[in-house]
Amino acid sequence: MIPPETKREERVGMSTAGGRSEQTGISPDVTARSAHDVAGRGVRVQDLNAYYGSFHSIKGIDIDFPPNRVTALIGPSGSGKSTVIRCINRMHEEIPGARAEGSVMLDELDVYGRGVDITSVRRLIGMVFQKPNPFPTMSVFDNVAAGLRLTGARRDDLRERVHSALRAVGLWDEVKDRLNGPGVGLSGGQQQRLCIARTVAVEPEVILMDEPCSALDPVATLKIEELIDELKERYTIAIVTHNMQQAARVADTTAFMLDGELIEHAPTNDVFTNPRDERTERYVTGKFG
Amino acid sequence: MTASAVPPVSARRRRTDKLMRGLLTAAAVIALVPLVLVVYYLLYRGLGSWSGQFFTSDPNGNFLGYPGGIRSALVGTLEIVALATLIAVPIGVGVALYLTEYGKQSPFANLVRYFVDVMTGVPSIVFGLFIYIVLVLAHVGGGFTAWKGSIALSLLMLPVVVRASEVVLLLVPASLREAALALGAPRWRVVTRVVLPTARSGLLTGSLLAVARGMGETAPLLFTTAGAFGLTFSLGAQMNALPIQIYQDIQSPRAQVIDRAWGAALALVVLVLIFNVIARAFSRRSRMT
Amino acid sequence: MEASATGVRGGRSALERSPLSRLPDQVMQWGLSALAALILILLAYFFIRLIGQSGNVFSKYGLSFVFGNDWDVSRNIYHGAALVVGTLITSAIALIIGVPVAVATALFINELCPRRLRGPFALLVDLLAAVPSVVYGLWGVFVLCPKLLPAEKWFAKTFSFIPFVGGGTPTLYNYFIAGLILAIMILPIVSAIAREVISTVPAEHKEAALALGATRWEMIRIAVLPYSRSGITGGAMLGLGRALGETIAVVLVIGNAPVIGSHLFSQGYTLAAVIANEFGEATGIHTSALFAAGLVLFVLTLIVNIIARGFVARGTRGARGTGGTGIGLAASGGEI
Repeated sequence: MIPPETKREERVGMSTAGGRSEQTGISPDVTARSAHDVAGRGVRVQDLNAYYGSFHSIKGIDIDFPPNRVTALIGPSGSGKSTVIRCINRMHEEIPGARAEGSVMLDELDVYGRGVDITSVRRLIGMVFQKPNPFPTMSVFDNVAAGLRLTGARRDDLRERVHSALRAVGLWDEVKDRLNGPGVGLSGGQQQRLCIARTVAVEPEVILMDEPCSALDPVATLKIEELIDELKERYTIAIVTHNMQQAARVADTTAFMLDGELIEHAPTNDVFTNPRDERTERYVTGKFG
Repeated sequence: MTASAVPPVSARRRRTDKLMRGLLTAAAVIALVPLVLVVYYLLYRGLGSWSGQFFTSDPNGNFLGYPGGIRSALVGTLEIVALATLIAVPIGVGVALYLTEYGKQSPFANLVRYFVDVMTGVPSIVFGLFIYIVLVLAHVGGGFTAWKGSIALSLLMLPVVVRASEVVLLLVPASLREAALALGAPRWRVVTRVVLPTARSGLLTGSLLAVARGMGETAPLLFTTAGAFGLTFSLGAQMNALPIQIYQDIQSPRAQVIDRAWGAALALVVLVLIFNVIARAFSRRSRMT
Repeated sequence: MEASATGVRGGRSALERSPLSRLPDQVMQWGLSALAALILILLAYFFIRLIGQSGNVFSKYGLSFVFGNDWDVSRNIYHGAALVVGTLITSAIALIIGVPVAVATALFINELCPRRLRGPFALLVDLLAAVPSVVYGLWGVFVLCPKLLPAEKWFAKTFSFIPFVGGGTPTLYNYFIAGLILAIMILPIVSAIAREVISTVPAEHKEAALALGATRWEMIRIAVLPYSRSGITGGAMLGLGRALGETIAVVLVIGNAPVIGSHLFSQGYTLAAVIANEFGEATGIHTSALFAAGLVLFVLTLIVNIIARGFVARGTRGARGTGGTGIGLAASGGEI
């Protein structure tokens, strides 16, 4: 594996390249900022309310996702953990009848600000879904390149970017001989890592993961967890999981949600060994959920 | 009624069951009788008039001797339907895209859906009258021309394309749209690069079925392209077409011309069947992925 | 770099896109919406133009264009009751013959047919819809009409005591033949919709009936038919819409006589047939009268279709949104 430092430099270099081009939408100040500030960007959610039609799904929560940390969201089904992260990159509003209020800040950038373009938000905040969803009409290579092509970035270094994204997710050795084969021809775990590579290739600041391992077998799950540990060197990661062992393994801090409210958010160790709230304790000890 | 613990099905009920099953089966067989008869007579009367000359000569209007074949009609049908397809398919797929990607369940989208359904019920002859009034009477680009026939046919094919396309576009998994949107792709690229390619074979099926539908229509052409014996490639002139020639030949007193009608009818049915078979082949493929 | 100059406010620009790059999205959204609106506008425009073209007929004859019974081209008089009646008679015959067979076929395919034969059988029924109407016309003129004439004569004589059905002398081309061909043509449509509706009957209903000890037929009668009645009604209405407007097959076998026939086997005319048959030679008010016939036909089919959609929507409500779209497809003659 390439040491993280090298990758970091590589990334900064690319951001600068992106800054030159209008199409990438990354304006000079962002580039300038990431050039001297090695830490990634954190996400601060304040007074977030989300609705599905008339159903009040998220009830005014505040939560911080510190930069270059893995934050896990746990809680029973329907507690709103997926909704929270879908509000961060504004995927929530893709659901007909769904809306969100409150503030989501990517450092000083207001995600819900006036004049904000949703596509730019999503380019800076990538997402990995529950079920691996590679594009069925595209090859392995095209799947990873999709993010770059779909955002309209014209790049000469497309090949290198795709290759390095595949290396970053540890998929390169497995697929280097079948880059032109169909993406859906890979195994489930490979597909999910392909989807992570697709997200990484766009060079976001934050990666949101919505139960990324729930459709995978234990071996594939382990690989993804190792990958998450590596990715946090470069990205801020939020992961929704229903698997408490997973949260304990990968997360620096863990937030417990119940019925659309944030019950507790603390260092992972504290949440699992010494929870402050009685409901958290009952959940992590398996008494409900 | 017998008072035994497990009352057996009474003889009367068993008889009724047998009788009704027999009736339903008989009706189903009866339904196929016309198909068998039509196919039989098409082959029996039509195949005899097929010859090399039949496909390579045009109707000549001579009162004696060989009345000519169906070359101009065959070519005309293909030309008129090709242009109609070029009009109906892009518009139809476009409207279907509007319905699935933008309008969704909005009142306006539902209104459009409703009127597309209404269009399927409008008699083809009424579409012929529409185009006659709007384009032929008004003498837009000449009187009777082939392209006006194409427009009339495209009106007929349009609802078929819209409805079939909407169904297959809805089959494109929402997760693929989400994946593309989450990469920061603008919606138009999601539609053109992900949704359309994924639905490709289904869209083709719908278009081919519309072609098959338009190909056999006579009434709209009577008022728009009129019909001429000679071979022409100019869509700006009157043009012969298979259904028109068959319709005119049926009314002829000459046995040879009637034979030509059977041969032409066989050719028309074969043509329509070819498009149906290709459409089915594609629909099977689209169902597999 | 301008970063410092734009300061914090400039930070927001990272999430903004230039108006220019938003353009394709807006072009696409508004373009497609305009396309959809175009359909509505075109339909409305056609309708208005059709009214305009037939206006002088209605101002001259008023409602007697529809109710008066005197269509005489040589005297230039156009009262179209014979056309309306002919249209209704042939369509009624088509429904009476076609719907029971179509529904029975659908029941057979969905409930009785061995699973292996279900696909091929349905395919064959669908193929009936693939035959162009001019081919049905050809077959009707040269096969069906001459072959059935003796049978029709025997039938009319034997059942001469039944008014309308018997008594008269059958002609080669007549209402019955036209209705029969229409029945064949609507059969695949009605059958496809009936099949779709029947397939939405929940399995629990059927199993409940069977568990009560019902025979197969009793299960159909108790569980399937009541559940799918309104959908089947809608399917029949859509078939009616098709029958009302069918032109070429009918014009060839109805005899084209602008009179109200006295019996089932007499010659007649329909709205669609009169347009196709007389359009070539028509001038002046005659042309307007044919446009008026087209208008009446359009409105008639519109009403029938709107009612039919209501029934079908009610019939497949349980089957979620896709039911309606499938039916739109089936009704348009597309066979998948």
